[in-house]
Order: sequence, then structure tokens, then C-alpha cells
Amino acid sequence: MSCLQTIADYGLRSMGVGERLLPRGDFTLCQQFTLIGSGMLWNIYFGVLALAFGFFFANALALAKASRQPAFRKPAEWFIFIFRGSPLFIQFFLAYEALVLLPRGGIEIFGMTAEVSWLSRAWAGALIVLFLNTAAYSAEIFYGALRSIPKGDLEAADAYGMTGWARFARVQWPTMLRLAWPAYTNEAIFLFHATTLVFFSGFPAFAQKGDALYYASYFVDKTFNPFIPYPIVAFYFIVLTMGLIGLFGLINRRLNRHLPSNERSRVKLRPQIIR
Amino acid sequence: MFLSCADPSLLDGLNWLACYLTTGKHFDFYWSFVTVLVLLAVTAPTALAFGFGGAMLARSQHLPLRIIGKGYTAMVRGVPDIVFFLFFVIALDQGIEWAVHQVRCPDWTDPIRNGLEFRVCPQAKVPNNSAAQVWHSLYGFALAVVTFALVFGAFAANVIYGAMQAVPHTQLETAEAYGMSPRQVFHRVLVPQMWVFALPGLSNLWLILIKATPLLFLLGVQDIVYWARELGGMKTGAFDYPHPDWRLYYFLFLLVFYLCMTKLSEVYLNRLQNHLSRGQATAAGEAQRKGIA
Repeated sequence: MSCLQTIADYGLRSMGVGERLLPRGDFTLCQQFTLIGSGMLWNIYFGVLALAFGFFFANALALAKASRQPAFRKPAEWFIFIFRGSPLFIQFFLAYEALVLLPRGGIEIFGMTAEVSWLSRAWAGALIVLFLNTAAYSAEIFYGALRSIPKGDLEAADAYGMTGWARFARVQWPTMLRLAWPAYTNEAIFLFHATTLVFFSGFPAFAQKGDALYYASYFVDKTFNPFIPYPIVAFYFIVLTMGLIGLFGLINRRLNRHLPSNERSRVKLRPQIIR
Repeated sequence: MFLSCADPSLLDGLNWLACYLTTGKHFDFYWSFVTVLVLLAVTAPTALAFGFGGAMLARSQHLPLRIIGKGYTAMVRGVPDIVFFLFFVIALDQGIEWAVHQVRCPDWTDPIRNGLEFRVCPQAKVPNNSAAQVWHSLYGFALAVVTFALVFGAFAANVIYGAMQAVPHTQLETAEAYGMSPRQVFHRVLVPQMWVFALPGLSNLWLILIKATPLLFLLGVQDIVYWARELGGMKTGAFDYPHPDWRLYYFLFLLVFYLCMTKLSEVYLNRLQNHLSRGQATAAGEAQRKGIA
């Protein structure tokens, strides 16, 4: 079987398209690359959506934590502490067990029956956990950046007579984002790394539709040879990480475009915020 | 445990709960918390040693050593740590068995990696097939510790390398001007000053390490996650203590356990940071000096 044929059969296997049975024996390198690569689609799905939704929630949380009102500050502080202080792995388990307990028949709301069983599936349940998790981590980053906005910037805004929304949207928020961006890039990278945990925690993979690591460990279980599948996963993730750094670097350039080149903050990869 | 627990079907309410929480399996569950703590206690210093070694290699004058050091620190950057966890455990296991095989069975002719199997001679099995179950568990645990130490050592090497670079260069030059040898500069000036720069990063790592301990479950060690799943699952009437699916509560308990660990560590690490900042040429040290004066 040619490699092109394999790609046609298994390229979208993780989405349930193509050959139903996974390869059983005599695994070729092409099969491993294709299947693990198709699993990467899940990692990208979880990472991109959780980041996209999490970004907005994180902004709200950071503002709430920086607020003077205890009614806003306390819940935000607790939320961030709970999600940053406990292992993501446990959060996955807990969420899965909680979501499984929801009534099978659906929940009655105002006479309408809302279907809820999909919540315990990985595509929804794990996404929710990752979304809340990344929101908490990013919120802490944004909060830190919010507090380290140079005093002069705020005074300048006051001097121009800016107040309320204009002051926030034109001075505070862009500066916060600029200061937080290098750390946020790290958060994004490690969020993508964290997506590999999904199918190793409570969430089952239906019909063997799993992520990259799921397929890699499938191959390892079958061949008892870790030296090929895991480096393939590593390769894919290094490529993904480089792509992320490139993309976030572009945004970083844009955020820093008004500054002289020696004052710009650089994106530097640090293992600060894995879970 | 208690005498009154002899016949669980007659119990109810708090008595039932007291007996339920003191069954033999639950004691295994409580012991697994000790396993986690032991893992932390053993791994943290080992990882620190690995990190120190890695950082020293990365700063070495010799190119090959430097490449090894840099490669080691770069290892964890682009790849999810869980991949390393899964990889190292099998790779180490096979590597050890392969090495023992080379020593003990030099005349073994069959290929070791035959198709889908990894087969070494029976004498080369580690631990031996006839060994007691305890040794198998201990061996598994040791593999897990080495794996954790390798991965977190790479993280720590990153932090320590950065901290060594952060020590003001003038300090080192002054030491050299006083006629200290490179060794002396390293031991007397660089290392003592490095810690205060390394501590924020290392505290972070410690918190990450705490949060990585549930991954023991994936390495096949019977840890708290294993027991929480085992004990929390639905127990039918065939069991002494039948109950519905309680895994949610067990995992909630684990969550609280980890939150407490995190909080405790944060409080303690803050104190340590204050202590280390004393007399250092940093903003925190300066603030302390002014506070005292």
C-alpha cells in the first residue's frame, strides 16, 4: 500500500473519516506519521478554541481581580486559585465525573428539555475544562501586567482628560496586552502541550478517535517500541510550537510597534506555566 | 479496624461511614498519599542536582559539554512533558534490560527486537521474574522517580542557568580582581548569589512538580488517582460496603488536597524568598535593609 493511499485512508481518521479499523500489524513509518498527524487535529482543535474563548474570559477575570470591589475581586481570586492550584489532570477527572452525573434524559428548563449528554464527550467537556483552565492562567498573567503598567502612562492619560472606557481601551488595555504578551505566548504553548492529557484522563476516545498522543501510545502498546511513535509526536509538537512562536511574535511586533527597538519586549520561551 | 465493623450490613449513618473509611483498601488509599509525598521528597533534590549539572554543562568552556547541556535544557521546551513521561519509563526499562542482557547473556543469538516484541533472556529481566511483588512495585516507582527527575531537571537547568547569568558580572570581576581562581569564583561568589535569582523560578517549578504528581497514575504506579477511581467506582451489593458512583467526591477530595499543598508551599516559599533576599543587592534586599535601618 502506497503512502498516499495511507494518507487518504487515515489522514482524517481522528475525525472519523476514512478507514474504520486502525492498522493492526507491520506498521510502516508512513502509517505512524499519518495517524499521529491526524490526531494532532484534536490538539489543534482544543488549543485554538480554548485559547480563543479563554482570552476574553481571562481579560474579564483580570479586571475583576484588579477591581476594588470585593464582590468582583473575591470570586475572581478564588477561581484563579482553584484552577492554578490544582493539577489539570485532576480537573479533567473531576469534570468528567461531574458531567457524567448529569441526567441522561436531559434537563428541563422552562418546559424545554435540554440535551446534556454531549457535555460528557471529550470535544465539549474537555474543551470546557481547558477553557476555564487557560482563562485562569492567562488572567493571572494579565493581572500581573495590569499592575505593572507604567505610572507615567496612566498620568498621561489623565492629563489628556481621558476617563472611563476611553482610558481603559486606549491606554490601559493595549499596554497590559503588550506587557503580558511574552508570558501569554508561553501560556499558549503550554496550553497546546496540555491538550495531550485529554484522552489520558477520564474522557474516553469514542471509536478510537483520539489525539496525537493517543495514537502514539496505541502504536507503543502494539509494538512495545517507544523510539518511533513518541519522537514523531515530539516532532509534530516542535513544529506546532515554532508556528505558535512565529504567530505570536508577529502580534508582539504589532503591539510593540510604537516603541524604539531597544525597549521592545521579546518573546522568550520559558517553562513557567505548565500544569 | 473497629470491632463493631465485623458485619457492615448492620451498620448505618456515621458508624457505617467510620467503618467504610477504615477498610484495608482505604488504608492503601491513605498510604498512596505517602507515596506522592515520598516522590516529591525524592524527586525535588534529584531534579535540582540534575538541573545544577545541566546548567554547569551549559556554561562549560568545552563545546561538546556545552552542546550536551544546552540540548538537555532545550529538550523540554517544544514537547509536552507527558510525552517524556510516557517515553522515558519504557525507554529506561528497555535500556536497563538491554544492558543487563549484554552482560549476562553474551551468547544469546535471537534478536532482541523481533518484529513486535522486545525479548531479552530470562536472566536479564529486571526485576527478576521470581522476585517478590514488592520489588516490582519498587522498581516501577524508581523508574518513575528517575523520569520525573530527568524532566524536571531539564526545567530546573533552565532556571538555574538563567539565574547564573543574572548574577551581576561586576561581582565576578571583582572576585577575579582579588585573585580568586575560576573555581573559587564559582563556589564563593556565583553560587551563593545565584539562589536569590533562581528562587522565583524554582518555586514555580516546585508548584508545577506538585501538580505533575497525578501523572504517576499514567506510569502505572498505584497512586492516589488510581485508588480514587478504584474506591469511588460504583459498588454493588456483592461488596461489603455497597455505594453508588462516588468518584466525584473522591476527586473533589484530591482537588482539595492539591489546593492545600499549593497554599502551604506558597506561604513557605514566600518566607524563604524573604530570608534569601537578606543582604542581597536586589530591590527586595534593599527594601529590607531600609526597613531595618
